[in-house]
Amino acid sequence: MNGVHDMGGMDGFGKVEVEQTEPPFHEEWEGRVLAMVRAMGYAGAWHIDDSRYAQETLPPQTYLAVSYYQRWELAAEKNLVARGYVTEEELKAGHAIGPAKPLPRARLTRDVVDAGMTRNSFFRQQQGPARFKPGDRVRTVNINPLGHTRLPRYARDKVGRVELIHGCHAYPDSVASGRGDDPQWLYTVVFDGREIWGADADPTLTVSIDAFEPYLQPA
Amino acid sequence: MADRDHDHPHEHGSELSETQLRVRALETILTEKGYIDPAALDAIVETYETKVGPHNGARVVAKAWTDPAFKQALLKDATAAVGTLGHVSPVGDHLVAVENTPQRHNMIVCTLCSCYPWEVLGLPPVWYKSAPYRSRAVKDPRGVLGDFGVKLARETEIRVWDSTAETRFMVVPMRPAGTDGWSEEQLADLVTRDSMIGTGLPLSPSQVAR
Repeated sequence: MNGVHDMGGMDGFGKVEVEQTEPPFHEEWEGRVLAMVRAMGYAGAWHIDDSRYAQETLPPQTYLAVSYYQRWELAAEKNLVARGYVTEEELKAGHAIGPAKPLPRARLTRDVVDAGMTRNSFFRQQQGPARFKPGDRVRTVNINPLGHTRLPRYARDKVGRVELIHGCHAYPDSVASGRGDDPQWLYTVVFDGREIWGADADPTLTVSIDAFEPYLQPA
Repeated sequence: MADRDHDHPHEHGSELSETQLRVRALETILTEKGYIDPAALDAIVETYETKVGPHNGARVVAKAWTDPAFKQALLKDATAAVGTLGHVSPVGDHLVAVENTPQRHNMIVCTLCSCYPWEVLGLPPVWYKSAPYRSRAVKDPRGVLGDFGVKLARETEIRVWDSTAETRFMVVPMRPAGTDGWSEEQLADLVTRDSMIGTGLPLSPSQVAR
């Protein structure tokens, strides 16, 4: 979807403000939110792209106004309710009311935290040969789906070159719409800055995205 | 409403914020329904507060600076190469290391959310997740570098890597001059978090008191 989360190239947000010696968490609740989201993901309540999509579909005013971990928390509530693990009534009451819904996988317990924190693999069984190889010229598609996509607006309908091939991965556009992994080849595609931003762009700039095969056409 | 019994005595002020209440309510519900184990949550938080951080990535870079075979392996397959170092937590399957050279400077961003190589750099700083960085890095990286006090030669190529999938990138900065004969441990002290994101450069020998 063309949401405010898709920020690449937007103007007006100002200077990057750096905090020296920043702590991992500024508030105790931030760590609890991160840990809850990780634990529920481990138990199979959602896929990482479900979390992303739930954030992207927050009202844009909210997305910009709240902090990073507040976004995580709001997205977690949305996903828990949407998937039937928690009810709105329970969120209002602040305690469990109805029965639990079985989780797809075992819950995360303290003894398996180290294993549970290792990043999932996103490799999937290939469904066919890769259509492109490093060096190929490609044009990204012009799509404006209402659902989740990882093709940023600034990189649509642009000509670039395939640089790396990362194997076959779960396809976020499919996963976040409930259509399963639909594995796709994944490439790093590099663009000249002027292809993206026009003649005034920094001539020394190149920008790459990681693009799933359906985002690409031969050029 | 709030269960005041759970207030931490060290918290300043008597009122919990709306967000604190909301998070506590959520944790209560998930615990009561048996979905989460609060002790596991404690362990996750502790891991991010004490174990995972840029010191992991700094060891990787220092090793690459001193061991050409490791550097070659790292640039070819960072997941496998980092996996050979016992001291770094498992990095999953999708780590890619990119090398700065006199001709080219690399910078990492995630314009769509906040993807970041947690296993080697820890949790991302607030600025990395902020709208100013996410919006400008791909369009005006020299301006962004200016916010960090970094100025590159005008002819240096800048490559910005937008982390739009599950691949995670880390920058291998250039080894500072004047460090001949330094040990890996000494070198690791020069490798800052920002130098592995590409918004900074490693410290020079004169910047570290030894």
